[in-house]
Amino acid sequence: MSSHNDHAAPVDPVTGMATTGHSWDGISELNTPLPKWWLWIFYATIVWALGYFVVYPSWPLAQGYMPGIWNWSSRAAVSADVAELQKMRSADNAKLAAMPLADVAKDPKMLAFAQAQGKAAFGDNCAPCHGAGGGGAKGYPNLNDDDWLWGGKIDQILETIAVGIRSTHAQTRAGAMTAFGAAPSPILNKDQIGQVADYVLSLSGKADPKADVKAGQQIFAENCAVCHGDNAKGNQDLGAPNLTDAIWLYGADKATIVEAVTNGRGGVMPTWSGRLDDTTIKSLAVYVHTLGGGVK
Amino acid sequence: MTFGEIGVSIALVALAALSLLIAAKAYTPEYAFHAYLFAAASVGGIYAIVSRYMGGRPVAAQEIDGKPNYNMGPVKFAALISMFWGIAGFLVGVIIALQLAYPVMNLDLQWIQFGRLRPLHTSAVIFAFGGNVLLATSFYVVQRTSHARLAGDLAPWFVILGYNFFILIAGTGYLLGISQSKEYAEPEWYSDLFLTVVWVAYLLVFLATLWKRKEPHIYVANWFYLAFIVTIAVLHLGNNATIPVSIFSAKSYIVWAGVQDAMFQWWYGHNAVGFFLTAGFLAIMYYFVPKRANRPVYSYRLSIVHFWALIFLYIWAGPHHLHYTALPDWAQTLGMTFSIMLWMPSWGGMINGLMTLSGAWDKLRTDPVLRMMVVSVAFYGMSTFEGPLMSIKVVNSLSHYTDWTVGHVHSGALGWVGFVSFGALYCLVPWLYNRPGLYSLKLVNWHFWIATLGIVLYISSMWVAGIMQGLMWRAYTSLGFLEYSFIETVEAMHYFYVIRALGGALFLVGALIMAWNLYKTITSPSVEAVPAGRSQLAPAE
Repeated sequence: MSSHNDHAAPVDPVTGMATTGHSWDGISELNTPLPKWWLWIFYATIVWALGYFVVYPSWPLAQGYMPGIWNWSSRAAVSADVAELQKMRSADNAKLAAMPLADVAKDPKMLAFAQAQGKAAFGDNCAPCHGAGGGGAKGYPNLNDDDWLWGGKIDQILETIAVGIRSTHAQTRAGAMTAFGAAPSPILNKDQIGQVADYVLSLSGKADPKADVKAGQQIFAENCAVCHGDNAKGNQDLGAPNLTDAIWLYGADKATIVEAVTNGRGGVMPTWSGRLDDTTIKSLAVYVHTLGGGVK
Repeated sequence: MTFGEIGVSIALVALAALSLLIAAKAYTPEYAFHAYLFAAASVGGIYAIVSRYMGGRPVAAQEIDGKPNYNMGPVKFAALISMFWGIAGFLVGVIIALQLAYPVMNLDLQWIQFGRLRPLHTSAVIFAFGGNVLLATSFYVVQRTSHARLAGDLAPWFVILGYNFFILIAGTGYLLGISQSKEYAEPEWYSDLFLTVVWVAYLLVFLATLWKRKEPHIYVANWFYLAFIVTIAVLHLGNNATIPVSIFSAKSYIVWAGVQDAMFQWWYGHNAVGFFLTAGFLAIMYYFVPKRANRPVYSYRLSIVHFWALIFLYIWAGPHHLHYTALPDWAQTLGMTFSIMLWMPSWGGMINGLMTLSGAWDKLRTDPVLRMMVVSVAFYGMSTFEGPLMSIKVVNSLSHYTDWTVGHVHSGALGWVGFVSFGALYCLVPWLYNRPGLYSLKLVNWHFWIATLGIVLYISSMWVAGIMQGLMWRAYTSLGFLEYSFIETVEAMHYFYVIRALGGALFLVGALIMAWNLYKTITSPSVEAVPAGRSQLAPAE
């Protein structure tokens, strides 16, 4: 740039600064020196970077890298964080592991701990299906009410979480709603399925007044009562829902019931045993049990 | 016929034949569709060359009456199509913003679901809008500041049309589900190969024009354009090193594996920001701001120092996109420290842009086009401060994976790249079409304020949403358990997503006003007496 200054370069009248003497398409350039503050901050960032190189892992070498005089590593840092967290929880976790499930509710401090652990685990593992508040969705049970497919006592809930439903676990809870209308050889024809659906609706006072409930009752007694019970109150050993309580997993309209009777149902809940540790599963059972619908 | 016409025609015949063969044997109908597009474009190119030859138009003169015979046809095409792509890209952006706020807007249709529209948005705004603005301005600026006609006869048109054909292939590919799943480098191997040819032609046209310049020195804007063109070529080749399954398949596999692939990806991704969206648009600033303000550039020395510092430091900063990942700590350190050192070199451009207005600040009151460019430089300064800040590991542990990043990108994209492009196009269109000025400066003023409000809504909602999201993710209860589940953070961000969509919609409205203004400018009567490039620049005093 010095050669530009040798010529008597034109001076910009506004700033009093010399230009470089060139002009491109009418654009000229002032020969303003570098702003001091700019230069010093630039130097400061370089000095800071050099210091950082010294204390933290930085440049790669032929073998390995410069580890830095503080010997810091992100793996060690995260391990320390995790260890600190585990230490924070360890006393309570050990106590919870040793405590019979039924006793947790009697110890306010342990109840609060289990609920906190359960809530955190629920949000990231269960909420995607059951909803953030456990309110459920179509095909995914509401966990806030007292209607339970596989039992609402705390040890039943624990078992359901651990082994899952129709899951890959060897002791999984399993039970099948038969597909009564499935081809090629349906057990019930379409008229019969419609009649039994009308009857089921009548159990919660939702029947069409014109429907032939008597015929449906007969079909129910012969085909459905074996699992759902003579009074249609369900059977939690088989996961057969209570059909009289106006609580529906898939929907309360006739078409949905016809669909269930025709094709069967078989929702799946994964097994959490092995994916979550035992105290977390225990905490989840406590949390779900205390959501509002837990059975003593 | 000239040697070039014959050569290009033969190449296009070969490409058409190859495309038809691929179309016939393609594994998927989507790929066959692209092959047919290639064949059609090749035939179209041959037709254009032959009809030009049959029409008997002589090869354009380099000079007329001792003055350069500037080649403005390709510049006009790129300038106008950039406006079209811009509006398309902004519109898709608004749609995907609404999809995030209201997932039902995915409509359960695979072609318009978020995963396909998101790359359509980013590619449309960065490469289609931004890329065409860069092509238009670079071909304009290199001619004017070299005092020479653009090099090549067919080559400039091949660059412009070829680049836009690449965009067509890339964009339709996203909608049809063709993607190599690398962010900002989604087009598959055959699009990448074609773009490589186009880009080499671009580099050659640019270099050859500089080579035959009539000015003793190369103007600073051209250094930045050259850095942009060369580095994008290197990045493109490095990050798209893939092996196709078959010439008859759109699918390919990247040669890099694991964390090395991630490192290549963000070396590419960060320097696409650095050399496409920073160096390229700084070149625009270095020509259009002094030209519009009618003032000399503030500091030649600063331009040299910040140029070389920027070029040297930027290329190292990519690892800051991979903090707290499997990337080795030493590489994370280098990415972070080079990002910090990059702060002042980036700000050198801001200083040169803003201080060039010394003695012309009053023009901001009367000239909304200049105001738009000055505000763009201010946004540039803000986002090049925010970037190094976010590269610091402790800050990054809060900001990473949150919408803060999205807000940061958009303060640069909407504020800097968008506004400096709008300013340049507002200057360029009247110059290219020999108009006394824009149809309406009042409409520019409306565009400026509506779009500025949109940007403010966008970035402030994303700051709040992103920082809230980061804080919610890391919140622990006093018992040592996570306070919030992921879905709770998503629910909490809903309102900010709505505000963001509103901000984007305002930005789109501004661009529609601009398109109308440019259309009316072009269709207004021309002024033969005013030499191109001077019309709006007569000093007021």
